[in-house]
Amino acid sequence: MAGLLVLLAVSVLLAIGWGTAVISPPDVARYLWAALSGGTITADEVTRYQIVWQVRTPRVLLAVVVGAGLSAIGVAVQALVRNALADPFVLGISSGASVGAVSVLTVGLFGSLGIYALSAGAFAGALAASALVYLASYSRTGLTPLRLVLTGIALAYGFQALMSVLVYLAPDGEATHTVLFWTMGGLGAATWGSLPVVALVVLVGLGVLHRRSRSLDVLALGDETAASLGVDVTALRRGLFVLTSLMTGAIVAVSGAIGFVGLIVPHLVRIVVGARHVRVLLVAPLVGAVFMVWADLLARTLAAPRELPLGVITALVGVPVFVALMRRRGYLFGGR
Amino acid sequence: MTREPLRLDGLSVEAGGRALVRALSLTVGAGEVVGLVGPNGSGKSTALRCVYRALRPTGGTVWLDGRDLADMPLRESARGVAALSQESGTELDFTVEEIVALGRTPHLRGNQPLSARERALCREAMRRLDVLHLADRGVLTLSGGERQRVLAARALVQEAGLLVLDEPTNHLDIRHQVALLGLLRDPGLTVLVVLHDLNLAAAVCDRIAVLEAGALVAVGTPREVVTEELVAGVFGVAATVVPHPLTGDPQLLYTLNSSTAPAGAAEAVRGTPESRGSRP
Repeated sequence: MAGLLVLLAVSVLLAIGWGTAVISPPDVARYLWAALSGGTITADEVTRYQIVWQVRTPRVLLAVVVGAGLSAIGVAVQALVRNALADPFVLGISSGASVGAVSVLTVGLFGSLGIYALSAGAFAGALAASALVYLASYSRTGLTPLRLVLTGIALAYGFQALMSVLVYLAPDGEATHTVLFWTMGGLGAATWGSLPVVALVVLVGLGVLHRRSRSLDVLALGDETAASLGVDVTALRRGLFVLTSLMTGAIVAVSGAIGFVGLIVPHLVRIVVGARHVRVLLVAPLVGAVFMVWADLLARTLAAPRELPLGVITALVGVPVFVALMRRRGYLFGGR
Repeated sequence: MTREPLRLDGLSVEAGGRALVRALSLTVGAGEVVGLVGPNGSGKSTALRCVYRALRPTGGTVWLDGRDLADMPLRESARGVAALSQESGTELDFTVEEIVALGRTPHLRGNQPLSARERALCREAMRRLDVLHLADRGVLTLSGGERQRVLAARALVQEAGLLVLDEPTNHLDIRHQVALLGLLRDPGLTVLVVLHDLNLAAAVCDRIAVLEAGALVAVGTPREVVTEELVAGVFGVAATVVPHPLTGDPQLLYTLNSSTAPAGAAEAVRGTPESRGSRP
């Protein structure tokens, strides 16, 4: 735990310093201190200071928030639908967000919100998608895992079709670009303005999830067993669904759908610390944050000055890790 | 008034237009072991589910210590009823010790860790179910019988007054079947158990209730209930009932080639009572 926190802090400092203009960690620390304490810097440092404080710091911090959030949501969603292959986007949230974002561009939704219109559209799309999935899969017996997954996947196809129509009818190429951003994900849009909301949602969400760790353990034993242990499965699923939808929506609104983190980090962490959520939900956010900071660093430096979509990096790292992990003996999820 | 841990009062369950349990009334007294037997699909498990609240009955009432179960919060009823269901799956590879510890869930707030007494309780339960040596093993690596014993240990640490078990001897070898059913005789326990093996049921139960097509057709001591007529009538099996040489409990002997014979055939199979009595 302490080691991971240190690793995260070091990663953040390095990632802020690294880029087209390389700034040494001591300088980074000095600029950050100056920004936080209102200290002074010399005039010829202003450009470098602005790179550090205005451009890179919000971006790296957003990477921390998004990585931590997606990893924890992955843990929760895998418990919610009792499926090893679930990730934060399995319930159709990302394609809903894309539809929302594209609607902003093509139909002019949320035009009054200015620069936040895209994020607002994506967030609204994500929540609308969640609500649809919830209503479509709800039955007298509550939210059953398989119905949730099937409904999510089916509706995701529907949203993708809707998105294709919107893009096809769009007058310019901007819609296509937006779709690409939202499906691959990226942190290039990070600003100090977009950070607080998502950071608050993720932080509160992490806290709430962690408090329900034992209930999540019990949920993994099956619905009947959970009932016999005094856990109200229906209410727990409903709460988890709402919470993870809000968190995912807030994240997707600022970073698009960054894949594989929410799928792989939970598994990686379980291999090391075991299955108990009280530990997994502490470690997974830290691992996810570190992973995301480095993935974003690679995304913006590998092909500099151009920027690779972040989803490309997480997939390039994530796919081989996941395959190796599945082949690994001794890790069992979902039986032998 | 004597304590009455469990009373089913006109319990009915309907699903998809079919009556799975029909107006079942049954009482389990303090310290009693009551067996629920019947053919496949006779509603035994369904009735049990209503007791451990995996299912809400469509009619009737389950009284737990004189209180309507439907009015109790889940956590509270889970402190009064522990269950070993047929559900044995988990996707997550918890260790045996972790699974057993989850039995304390209804007694703990949030992520509150187990006290020293509770950890000792878990170890004692694992020792009694002969899984202590597996404490650090992942449950997904266990055999079916080992897993069943782990789940039984989890039910024990729940420290509920009433223990409800759905075919607890599933997957168990004969040694562990006998050991587990022996545990049910613990004087502190009140037990409602679904069993398929009528011989084991007759050996362990104070009373046996027989279900057929969701309705109660007989209830009483093993000697009253386990008769050739009942086995032929309810299960459609011709069997010979003999008293256990040591305990006197009724025990069934089957003759395979007449296993589908209708009621009355049992008489022909085993001969007249007189001729049987004359054998050494």
